[in-house]
Amino acid sequence: MSKLSSLAKDPIRWGAIVAGVIVLGVIWIGISQVPASATTSGAIPSPREGFAAPDFTLETLEGETITLSDLRGKAVVVNLWASWCPPCRAEMPALQAAYEADHARGLEILAVNMAYQDREQDAQRFVQDFGLTFTVPLDRDGTVARQYLLRALPSTFFVGPDGVIRKVVIGGPMSEATIRSTVSEMLEEVP
Amino acid sequence: MLPILQVGPLAIQVPGLMLLAGVWVVVSLTDREASRYSLKPSILSNMILMGLVVGILSARLWYAIRFFGIYLDNPLSVFSLNPTTLAPMEGALTGLAAAAYYGYRKGLRLWPTLDALTPGLAAFSLAVGFAHLASGDAFGAETAVPWAIELWGAQRHPTQIYEVIAAGFIFWLIWEMRRKTPASGFLFLAWVALAALSRLAIEAFRGDSIIAFDSLRSAQLGSLLVLAIALVGMHLVARAQAQDSRS
Repeated sequence: MSKLSSLAKDPIRWGAIVAGVIVLGVIWIGISQVPASATTSGAIPSPREGFAAPDFTLETLEGETITLSDLRGKAVVVNLWASWCPPCRAEMPALQAAYEADHARGLEILAVNMAYQDREQDAQRFVQDFGLTFTVPLDRDGTVARQYLLRALPSTFFVGPDGVIRKVVIGGPMSEATIRSTVSEMLEEVP
Repeated sequence: MLPILQVGPLAIQVPGLMLLAGVWVVVSLTDREASRYSLKPSILSNMILMGLVVGILSARLWYAIRFFGIYLDNPLSVFSLNPTTLAPMEGALTGLAAAAYYGYRKGLRLWPTLDALTPGLAAFSLAVGFAHLASGDAFGAETAVPWAIELWGAQRHPTQIYEVIAAGFIFWLIWEMRRKTPASGFLFLAWVALAALSRLAIEAFRGDSIIAFDSLRSAQLGSLLVLAIALVGMHLVARAQAQDSRS
């Protein structure tokens, strides 16, 4: 039998160890307490759940300008894609279906084309082929790709009405149910 | 941090790969340990696989039930490979129940089974630490210590590295203890106590704690409770073992 199990069977000595551990544990919990606001990272922009979605302003395929933070109060899906990416092609119909189902309830989709590694005419044809009706901003210099630490296409960020990222899906294709189930939770918070 | 490894058209999720490697280690170590406790390795391996398969499938089903209307419109989406559409807690509990039921039906004795699983569980904790390191999850609080790392827009405690070091140390302790400890559940309870102690300590440096009662970290409260229960349990099984050896 090990020394530890010999020690553990002695009620006095083991009882003292247990009491000591509990007292030290309570002290440690007391030392490490923090106000609730200290561990919420919603104010820091970073591309992960619980953090503020990094803001950007881009020109769209139609020549207009869109800023992510202007969409506060809505549920926003930021999808990073390129026309040559097969899983991006595979999930676009699901994004369009989710947009049609929930746009009236406050859903916005920003399908940011990675224009710095794509051709704008290919992106234009892609949008026409799939009949996409949501906004397609163009990331011409890779700013958004860097802000969102792009590692794989497609990458999708679900941003709540408060501008905080709720879910990140790297890779694809996502199904319509995946998109709508995530969006439905965010739509409950839309004022 | 390396969440995705892009190999040609394939985006390999590194954290998932780490966890998969962890499962393989659990099965291998349990296979190896089973004979020490007079248990059939194949039954233990089947129990682990049963728990995993039921756990993953039920996690998706529970998720689909939560969003029943949406999945009713798109029933084939239940088979989507996307790991974000899972209900992890419900899946884990269902998987655990399935494994326990399988073990019960196969006549596995509880404490020797848990002891045989313990080195594997300790190794799996190490895999979880590496998965956190790859994904950037379980991240630390902002700090100015010289060993801080830049992560998620701030200088932070490298809590994932603390986690890996602690899990490695616990694995080494368990590996050493396993030869000297009788098959009474003592080894398993010792691992539970050490894992709870490690969480209690490291949680203080985390930046993603869930706060309870205005300022207390809920994981620390839970860990202290588990630690106390495990320590009392260690006393009870050691005493029972001593009584058995006297009689």
